[in-house]
Amino acid sequence: MAIELKMPALSPTMEEGTLAKWLKQEGDTIEIGDIIAEIETDKATMEFEAVDEGTLGKILVAEGTENVAVGTVIAMLAGEGEDVSEAAAAAPVDDVPGEGKDVGRPEGSGEGSEAEIAKPAKKWGVKDPEIPHGTNMATVTVREALRDGMAEEMRRDERVFVMGEEVAQYQGAYKVTQGLLDEFGPKRVIDTPITEYGFAGIGTGAAMGGLRPIVEFMTFNFAMQAIDHIINSAAKTNYMSGGQMRCPVVFRGPNAAASRVGAQHSQNYGPWYASVPGLIVIAPYDASDAKGLMKAAIRCEDPVVFLENELVYGRSFELPELDDHVLPIGKARIVREGADVTIVAYSIAVGLALEAAEQLADEGIDAEVIDLRTLRPLDKETVLESLKKTNRMVIAEEGWPTCSIASEIVAICMEDGFDHLDAPVTRVCDEDVPLPYAANLEKLALIDTPRIVKAVKKVCYRD
Amino acid sequence: MAKAPTKTAPHSPAENPDFALHSLQEELEAKKRYDATDDQLRDFYEQMLLIRRFEERAGQLYGLGLIGGFCHLYIGQEAVAVGLQSALTEQLDSVITGYRDHGHMLAYGIDPKVIMAELTGREAGISKGKGGSMHMFSTEHKFYGGHGIVGAQVALGGGLALAHQYNEDGGLCLAYFGDGAANQGQVYETFNMASLWKLPIVFVIENNQYAMGTAVSRSSAETEFYRRGTAFRIPGMKVNGMDVLEVRQAAEIAFKHVREGRGPVLMECETYRYRGHSMSDPAKYRTREEVQDVKEHKDPIEAVKKILIEQGNSEDDLKAIDKGIRKVVSEAADFAENSPEPDPSELYTDVLVEEY
Repeated sequence: MAIELKMPALSPTMEEGTLAKWLKQEGDTIEIGDIIAEIETDKATMEFEAVDEGTLGKILVAEGTENVAVGTVIAMLAGEGEDVSEAAAAAPVDDVPGEGKDVGRPEGSGEGSEAEIAKPAKKWGVKDPEIPHGTNMATVTVREALRDGMAEEMRRDERVFVMGEEVAQYQGAYKVTQGLLDEFGPKRVIDTPITEYGFAGIGTGAAMGGLRPIVEFMTFNFAMQAIDHIINSAAKTNYMSGGQMRCPVVFRGPNAAASRVGAQHSQNYGPWYASVPGLIVIAPYDASDAKGLMKAAIRCEDPVVFLENELVYGRSFELPELDDHVLPIGKARIVREGADVTIVAYSIAVGLALEAAEQLADEGIDAEVIDLRTLRPLDKETVLESLKKTNRMVIAEEGWPTCSIASEIVAICMEDGFDHLDAPVTRVCDEDVPLPYAANLEKLALIDTPRIVKAVKKVCYRD
Repeated sequence: MAKAPTKTAPHSPAENPDFALHSLQEELEAKKRYDATDDQLRDFYEQMLLIRRFEERAGQLYGLGLIGGFCHLYIGQEAVAVGLQSALTEQLDSVITGYRDHGHMLAYGIDPKVIMAELTGREAGISKGKGGSMHMFSTEHKFYGGHGIVGAQVALGGGLALAHQYNEDGGLCLAYFGDGAANQGQVYETFNMASLWKLPIVFVIENNQYAMGTAVSRSSAETEFYRRGTAFRIPGMKVNGMDVLEVRQAAEIAFKHVREGRGPVLMECETYRYRGHSMSDPAKYRTREEVQDVKEHKDPIEAVKKILIEQGNSEDDLKAIDKGIRKVVSEAADFAENSPEPDPSELYTDVLVEEY
């Protein structure tokens, strides 16, 4: 019986990949350890190595094919004496459009399936006020939008450079810096050793010295090693120097839960950094905001913490085709207008909130969804204006509930919006536990659409 | 089953098969003291004396409650900052240090008034009264602080050096830290990257023998701090930090090495602080005799005074210098005491540069 060679899963979030190149051809003899093919994942180009010997039979997925789902049979391997043409039944190639397939978190349970989240986000009828009417829209991933934002600013300003682990030769641990080394060279795209405290300090010092560093953390979990420089060195210096010494540095990287990587690699630091005066904290959701706010962050004279999300990197969205797409820092955006209730969210939870809003619409509840986009300074005005209109509010946050952004929004509503409240403002967050590894427990611990729907119904007294 | 493709190693010092750690010490041993002109020597004396009198006065103001919080005095260590900073190229090279920073600022010739007014937390202070003793900066002089977190200035200094290299301006960064900071992990992270990237930086360990109350022998497995760069292929120098001419000579050698693009230098200056770690330190971890012995036999200012007298300056000349400095310091203290506190409206200024 011929052996099926299947598309391997080569990273925790990989659900599909590109079959970049076949290194062996049909009829070639395969030894154990031979490299058969090169496969491009969401993170890197990997070599596919033979674990069985035999003769390569039918190649079922041609090289250059994109979006090959993990587990797809890509070729057949005939054992000794077997007919190489045995593998006739062509395995179907998963031919879905190439968006957001590294969304790793299974939503399961009918309401809010993963596949739905992975779709390109719809436009909800409300245009971003910063984008001129009639602008052409391209469809790009968040990953590309971030990279393009950085590249445009690097072309514009010689002082801008990127440093971090694997940002250059490896093309980025999550491929966000892909191609930058080729265009800008090793002076401006700097691979560092694994030494977060040290390189965060060097980046911060370089900003003090007049450069515009972008410091990539492979994930923000590792930035805890470096948080002293982010807070004590970067955030406070302008104040302590009476406005003499600026520190225009951008700290960026993926933040919050990824998929099945356990407690130490899954944490949302938004509330941590948003509590620090002197920092700007940005957490975009879609590609347009990712690019527009990345460009704004790089131009900003203040230190910026730019929180991305690994699960969103591969999602595709519409991005306005503008020569210079820069969005304002500190402005929230109403991503869906509604009259009955407001759902406030940021980062990955915006997708969940939009999905919840669609489900609620079917039940006659018209929800408004606000994407905060910037966590510090927080756009209180947009939140309170919406509350004034809907009189009910739920905050959806992928992160712990205690001392969260959600808690802050609750406080704002109590202090400045009390007279407009028809129901208690409610938080929907992750469970208050370190993120478990087991698939079922992880699912239980993380915010999902049904929980948002339930909370909205409760504040609308509809449950 | 799958593995990432191999990648080529970056260019690094480790790729040089002929590498031998260059000994800057030999060069220093060959000629230990800088040939200062009469004017230079007099300048060194005046600068060191200014630091001493300033710090003595700061100690008094602290005792009167005019200076609050932490206040770390530089008395005894004056030759280090004066010897090194006199060798810098002004308006080009950058300096960064820890919280014992008054002396470094005075060595730049920054007006003692705005420094003292910062210590008393007044509007006229160099940080508008919002930084205090530990957090003072002068971007005009390329002095980047004044940092309160032990060791943080080392990595930040690495960044300043990176900026010099990036801008190809020919400048270098002088990053000071103490024997206590020398045990912080980020110091070695920075050594590694500075050597790997050949950053133009001179790391200066001001070894004043005590990390707060802990003697170096109680905290450090290797108390010869200048050796600590060896693992990173950074040449070390051991310098008598109580002799301003030796410090200056060492600076000449180190700066030349760095400016030639040969990467960082680690310089250990052996020195001593006469006062406690901060004003609230009773300094019971050492004997009075130990302190007295250093004051009597190794004092950096007395050493220069002796040379000046040998060169024919009279006691009266030197007394006149001291008198002039005392006057400058008194004026600074009066200014600092009588300047208004910052306006309450300053509370919310300078948090961010831009408006959002």
